[in-house]
Amino acid sequence: MEMKETFKKILQVYDEVLSLPHKQEIARELRDEEDLFLLLLYSDMLGIPNPAFYYTLELYPYIIEKFHDWHLRMGMEKSPLDGIRCC
Amino acid sequence: MSGIWLAVVGGLVFFLGYRYYSKIIAEKIYRLDPNYVTPAHQYKDGVDFVPTNKFVLWGHHFTSVAGAAPIVGPAIAVYWGWLPAVLWVLLGTVFAAGVHDFGTLVLSVRNKGQSIGTLASKLIGQKAKVLFLFIILLLVLMVNAVFAWVIANLFISFPASVLSVFIQIPLAVWIGYHVYKRQGGMLLPSIVALAVMYLSAIVASYVPALQIDLVRYFGGEGATTLFGLNATSMAFFVWIVVLMVYVYIASTLPVWKLLQPRDYINSHQLIVGLALLYLGLLFSNPEVTAPVTNASADTSWFPLLFITIACGAISGFHGLVSSGTSSKQLNNEADARFVGYLGSVGEGALALVAIIAVVTFFPTAGEFTATYSGFAAASGAGLGVFIQGAGQLATGLGIPASVAATIVSVIVVSFAATTLDSSVRLMRYIIAELGMEYKIKPLTKTHVATTAAVVSSAALTLIPQGPKGFGSGGYLLWPLFGTSNQLLAGISLLLISIWLKRQGRNYLPTIIPMVFLMFMTLWAMIDQVTTEWAPWNEGSDWMLFTFGAIILVFTFWILITAVSAISKDKNDSIEKSA
Repeated sequence: MEMKETFKKILQVYDEVLSLPHKQEIARELRDEEDLFLLLLYSDMLGIPNPAFYYTLELYPYIIEKFHDWHLRMGMEKSPLDGIRCC
Repeated sequence: MSGIWLAVVGGLVFFLGYRYYSKIIAEKIYRLDPNYVTPAHQYKDGVDFVPTNKFVLWGHHFTSVAGAAPIVGPAIAVYWGWLPAVLWVLLGTVFAAGVHDFGTLVLSVRNKGQSIGTLASKLIGQKAKVLFLFIILLLVLMVNAVFAWVIANLFISFPASVLSVFIQIPLAVWIGYHVYKRQGGMLLPSIVALAVMYLSAIVASYVPALQIDLVRYFGGEGATTLFGLNATSMAFFVWIVVLMVYVYIASTLPVWKLLQPRDYINSHQLIVGLALLYLGLLFSNPEVTAPVTNASADTSWFPLLFITIACGAISGFHGLVSSGTSSKQLNNEADARFVGYLGSVGEGALALVAIIAVVTFFPTAGEFTATYSGFAAASGAGLGVFIQGAGQLATGLGIPASVAATIVSVIVVSFAATTLDSSVRLMRYIIAELGMEYKIKPLTKTHVATTAAVVSSAALTLIPQGPKGFGSGGYLLWPLFGTSNQLLAGISLLLISIWLKRQGRNYLPTIIPMVFLMFMTLWAMIDQVTTEWAPWNEGSDWMLFTFGAIILVFTFWILITAVSAISKDKNDSIEKSA
């Protein structure tokens, strides 16, 4: 029984080794999509006209933490937008 | 003497190296701190920075660094007898590669998970980054040329392997789609893919109609084809063109479509290959027939051995993996020893079994010497001998030698093809980055950069003339590949030493292998450039001469940079103390 458990565990670790780069790639694609979403929501702040901006601002409280991660990822230490003061 | 003894002694040295030497390095030199917050935790973003279990990370690190290179180098280097090759692999792994792979991992972890290139500009200066880019460019160019030749050569020598290698492509694309679109698991489909590949290899070994033998299609070895080329030259030419077209497409696709699924299959192949060889060795208990040393070598082993075996003894490429991905995923700093040091031990074990397969293959020492009659002959034949030797080891497990040889050649070609794909991809990025640096806008475009990478690699593969004619001389580039790889390792060791020195620690364990590597590389290149390839000598070669000269300039450049960086540090510390 113990042998079976060990074998299962080894197989599990091996499966994780295989899926590591794949998971990373999926996470990267999802993150890129999210960045695009964020851009669509707040493009007005960057000077791209967005007729829905008034409404998207309602999402602001939910998204502020993600916005902070986003601008750090884009290489900006401080929030680039006057309207959003996350840090 | 039985080949098992080599494996036992090797295993013991690796064990002692890991158990004691790496422990000393971890405690006294790198001073790993289990409480240090690693970049994986500090910048955890679920994408690049992900804390990962050490066994999983080791598996991933090892499968990323192990490939065809630790097989090709040792298979050539046994020309000087088995003892020098075994000693260099064992001591190189324990004292140089382990310290290097482990050190680049720690250095990167202690510097926000930054890559070696970025660290070079931080520790030495902006100029170092450009130098670094050029050396990597040179390395990937050599990798492309050498590995394209390796694949073409194996396709010609082992035509039964061609079918399986080509079947792997649609299978990999299928797995990619299966996993990506349907969110399925990847273990089962990749094992099924492997089974299909090996089944086709077995069938092709018995059915000549399934062996894609271009030399035979062109009318056999003596035949003359278009442009006055003989059949073998034409086969080399066609295979290299096919490979370059393939690699162009493969390296511009998203990684999840082809490269990653190939890697899943290759991970199984690595395990299958190592198991096949070590178990085969245990059951067949072959005698070592190759001579201990070669007294009548036409080229001296010293210092050429140290650039002939690069991967498997020490390889700069590992530093790119250590600092590029592994450092961002290290869960605990104390795991660095396991992942980094043991990763290089894994590669050393692969190189060791490659040596054993070659030195036990021939029935007598005379036959070994007949095949390995000179350094050029050894370079051309080494890989083929390894595959046959591996096939012979596998007979210990009841597998017919011809089937085993086909499977081993499929494994080697798969490794080489994946390396080719990633290195053309890498070359494309570097060309684009240099284009940005020097403001040459067209070079930053994907297809322009890829075309530049593919065309230059194809040209470099086709130019050298081997004994089999046009395109068959790719092995002549092998010492250049080894040298550029060692140069990269030298820079990484230098960076670790500078970092250690600034921390006020003992940097001898990293500076000694660095000086050793630089000295050997310099000596070997000066020797080759001035005696073998120089235009004023008989049998000169302009292309090798030019590349050798460029590498020499880079080596001197690194040495000057090293001396000035270290002496600058000295001045700084004097100023500080004053």
